Amino acid sequence: MSDLRSTATDTPAAGKASSDAPTEATAGADEPTATRRRTLLPSSTLLRHLLLLALGAVATVVILESTDPFTNSQLATLSYYAIAAGGLTVLTGMNGQISLGHGALMAVGAYTTALFLSAEEPLPLPLILLAAILVATAVGALVGVAAARLHGPYLAGATLALAVGLPGLAIYFHDWLGGEQGLRVRAPRAPEAFDSFISAVSGNSASNTKWLAYLGAICLLITYFLLANLVRSRIGRTWRAVRDQEVAAELAGINLGAWRVLAFTVSAAAAGLAGGVLALVVRLAAPSGFTLVLSLSLLTAIVIGGLGSLLGALLGSALLVFLPPFVTDLGSGWGLDNTEAAQLAPFVYGVVLIVAMIFAPAGFVGSIRMRWLTRQATRSAARSSRG
Amino acid sequence: MTVLAAATAASTLAACGGGGDDGGGGTSSGDSGSNEASDIGITETSIKLGAHFPLTGVAAPGYSEIPTGAQAYFDCLNEQGGVNGREIEYIYRDDAYNPTNTSQVVQQLVLEDEVFAIVGGLGTPTHSAVLDFLNSEGVPDLFVSSGSLLWGDDPETNPYTFGWQTDYTSEGKIIGDYIAENFPDAQVGLFLQDDDFGEDGEAGIREYIDDQIVAAERYTPGNTNVGPQIAALQAAGADFVVGFNVPSYTALSQLTALQLGYDPQWFYSNVGSDPTLVGNLLNNFSEGQVSDASLLDGALTTDYLPTVDEPDNPWVQEFQRIWDECGGEGELTNYRIYGMSQAYTTVQALQAAGQNPTRDGLVEAIETAGSEWEGPVLAPFRYSEDSHMGTAGMSISRVTGTTTEEVAPVQLTDIGDAEIEAYDGEPAEVPENGIPDEESVVD
Amino acid sequence: MQQFVNVTLTGLTEGMVYAAFALALVLIWRSTRIVNFAQGSMAAATAFIALALIQSGWSYWAALVVALVSGFVLGAVIERVVVRRVEGGPELNAVIVTLGLFVAIQAGIAIVFGSSFQSFPTPFGLQGFQVGDNRIAFTPTSLYVIVAVLITMGLLVALFRFTRVGLAMRASAFGQEVARLLGVRVGRMLTLGWGLAAVVGSLAGLLIAGGEFIYPAYMDSLIVFGFVAAVLGGLDSPIGAVVGGLILGLALSYVSGYVPRGSALVNVSALVILMVVLLVRPGGLFASSTARRA
Repeated sequence: MSDLRSTATDTPAAGKASSDAPTEATAGADEPTATRRRTLLPSSTLLRHLLLLALGAVATVVILESTDPFTNSQLATLSYYAIAAGGLTVLTGMNGQISLGHGALMAVGAYTTALFLSAEEPLPLPLILLAAILVATAVGALVGVAAARLHGPYLAGATLALAVGLPGLAIYFHDWLGGEQGLRVRAPRAPEAFDSFISAVSGNSASNTKWLAYLGAICLLITYFLLANLVRSRIGRTWRAVRDQEVAAELAGINLGAWRVLAFTVSAAAAGLAGGVLALVVRLAAPSGFTLVLSLSLLTAIVIGGLGSLLGALLGSALLVFLPPFVTDLGSGWGLDNTEAAQLAPFVYGVVLIVAMIFAPAGFVGSIRMRWLTRQATRSAARSSRG
Repeated sequence: MTVLAAATAASTLAACGGGGDDGGGGTSSGDSGSNEASDIGITETSIKLGAHFPLTGVAAPGYSEIPTGAQAYFDCLNEQGGVNGREIEYIYRDDAYNPTNTSQVVQQLVLEDEVFAIVGGLGTPTHSAVLDFLNSEGVPDLFVSSGSLLWGDDPETNPYTFGWQTDYTSEGKIIGDYIAENFPDAQVGLFLQDDDFGEDGEAGIREYIDDQIVAAERYTPGNTNVGPQIAALQAAGADFVVGFNVPSYTALSQLTALQLGYDPQWFYSNVGSDPTLVGNLLNNFSEGQVSDASLLDGALTTDYLPTVDEPDNPWVQEFQRIWDECGGEGELTNYRIYGMSQAYTTVQALQAAGQNPTRDGLVEAIETAGSEWEGPVLAPFRYSEDSHMGTAGMSISRVTGTTTEEVAPVQLTDIGDAEIEAYDGEPAEVPENGIPDEESVVD
Repeated sequence: MQQFVNVTLTGLTEGMVYAAFALALVLIWRSTRIVNFAQGSMAAATAFIALALIQSGWSYWAALVVALVSGFVLGAVIERVVVRRVEGGPELNAVIVTLGLFVAIQAGIAIVFGSSFQSFPTPFGLQGFQVGDNRIAFTPTSLYVIVAVLITMGLLVALFRFTRVGLAMRASAFGQEVARLLGVRVGRMLTLGWGLAAVVGSLAGLLIAGGEFIYPAYMDSLIVFGFVAAVLGGLDSPIGAVVGGLILGLALSYVSGYVPRGSALVNVSALVILMVVLLVRPGGLFASSTARRA
């Protein structure tokens, strides 16, 4: 069992659900009903995804303009979690490789962004984020080459060491990378076009918080659009073949190692972008922001949401962002003092993980899909028995 | 629910005020006009303040007690009528000493809770993450709980941020000067936390005794094996070790030195020296192995606040009363004294900002009057338009058993070329109910 | 020379501590094929129980026994109530469940016992042995840790190699159906495996705590180094776990003691060592080559 093939083979329903899910998942953050509409959507994958992208963009504007500034800032946080989780779900869900080290790859993207932004005359933001992606991709490829040889717990161990080890370099090279207190990031101001866009759409004032939320959302939509197309392409099918039918794939002349490295590289690119967005939103790249907890949270997000599904990655990330403050406030409401309420959040978080895995082992998306499929099957069975 | 509570509080207040005889010192300057909701976080009856502290995780021990001290102080203050008839509503949130979380909770405090000001946010890497945010939103960022130079050195870039405690470089200078005078032949080793805390301290100390330093060893927080560092100090022949480290590493360094039979003169900077905490840390070892807190016996340390081991100090007595009356579980500790002292300075600032304070008015008040304020802090603050640095001086004391005795009186200095000079002021007297009474300096 | 001896001895003791924790991971891996991230929190919980007993006047040894017993109960209960439901499902789900346990138990400790640092006593001295004129960085407590870890390793090797129960546990882990056919009560074996692993983990937690400070998260860095040590050794081999722990402990101590500002490089070094070893031997140092492709 030493690798993750069992994910797919042991529970065929869950595996199948997860490999199909991204089709509908793309950008429809608030569209769990997308499945039903499949017939209404264009049959071409690309067109369908473009349509969902446009829907996602509209939904983004509606959500960001109808919520308060704090929710805006939470959604900015959600965006970088979701970008990284999207990349990870491709790696773990599609290709069957586990990674406990994606937080470290996010650190690479964050530090790259911080360094480029600290230049006298920084490059335009899109170029800087592109640089963050490229550097993280390069590091990811390097790690991927090593990781492709490893299975199951050995891969977990290696990536765990990555998560804990890499941020330490920032402390060692403190003159360059700012040491323990990190590099402070001054996010570039919003362009004027953004101000006029916001006032035209909703009449709200365009604060910096709002600008960062939009920036995160744009990066998120683009990432999910690209990832969704990728997993529906030949590349995605090959990844699934490498995951589910290792021997058959090898017989068919597929170079397993190379495809595994590619999967790692793609997910590293997403992690790099997520790190860049994180640096902008948090306004800091510091080692203590990239602890093991971050890497484990990403893994949690994709499993809770439904492995291999982009929608699942998004929902899982939302849980990470919204659950702790909700529980803390609930605790304060019950009359706990702040310290006790603060302890309550991780406790509930842990319990939710356990309960979710016991009662919905396929994650949110997987469980809903499975229920839907079961109902369909029952219905068609009923129909055929009647007919 | 909250609305109801606020309404009740308001009516209670009104009842108090109607009683005529104004016993508390808190409402002294509220003699003209009426209270208005003069800025975000200010209502006619309340002022909302926010803070971020590590309440969970590795940094929580000790530091999580600071906000409980501040809370107790504000609770007692509110019983006496608050500041100009407004109750202080103090909200502190957990960031687990992780800057990503700090960014989130401070945004929550500013954008959702809509606090008037952030007070006493703890930690250098954590607070760095919100420095730009608070200054670009124009939220007063008072009295950061960290001795980094970041908070006060550059008021032009960060006009809303103020330091509070003695910065680590000034502390290093005072320590270096003391060693040069009293231990001119010592071979000094440095035991430093590998971040700005250790660096700033080292920079200060090297200004005075660069030629006496034989080794500088750095530990990374989180790595609890300090054996290699202590062994290197021993091998370098250091017979006087200055530690810029946090309390748990004071205990770890003591234990490791005990293992190695290494017995230099220890000097722990203020952050790492809390003898009560270190004593508590070491006390379970005492079953015949380590004789009680004696490990720290004879160690030198610095102070900028009175400490719990001075039960005769009137400030400590007052804080003890406040803790007994308004505090929660547990004993009064140095961390709680720290939180109360910070709260005391906060009240001074709010009073100075006038009856209907604004965010900008608060900053102006601190710049104008802050250097005059007296209180539990041993030496005056350096606040002005050009500097937002906190208190400037420290005394040096020696740990004997579980208490400390002063070996050098309060000395003042500053960063840069500033000389070290003796402070000639008297310790401040404790005002009635431990509540300051500052005049408004804002029109 | 004196520094070299001290740095080496520090590394040796530290390595044994990693080894102790790695042993618990190996045990649980061998008996249930799950990497238990909650091991550290579970150990911390029993350490806090032991400390509470010691503070109320119990002797160290009595508290140790109670802690180990409560470790067994905790492990067995967790297996029965929680882990049983995800066994046989996707492997990643089991990992997430143990992560959830890790977080929840740690927060639970903080709620029950508070989150402050507390010192944990040791039955033996904390002063280094006198050699010639110098004290060396090797204390009676270090000796106690090393002896205890070696005994535990020996017992585990014996359990798996010479006893029927050990054989049955391995069989249950490798092939449940076959084991069942052979009359092994698989469920009971899995529970036993978790219980025993929790005992070893709890012992590791108490050994690490002795003469040090505990707080709810005190095992966190050990989860990482213990896991790295176990993977270095090959996850399947108790001897490998101890060797892996020693290699890691010594290497990290040398880096910390001899490289300028080396303390900051400790975590990176662990990464480099692990990567190098895994690139040469993807199954760890003591891999039994057939087991890995399973």
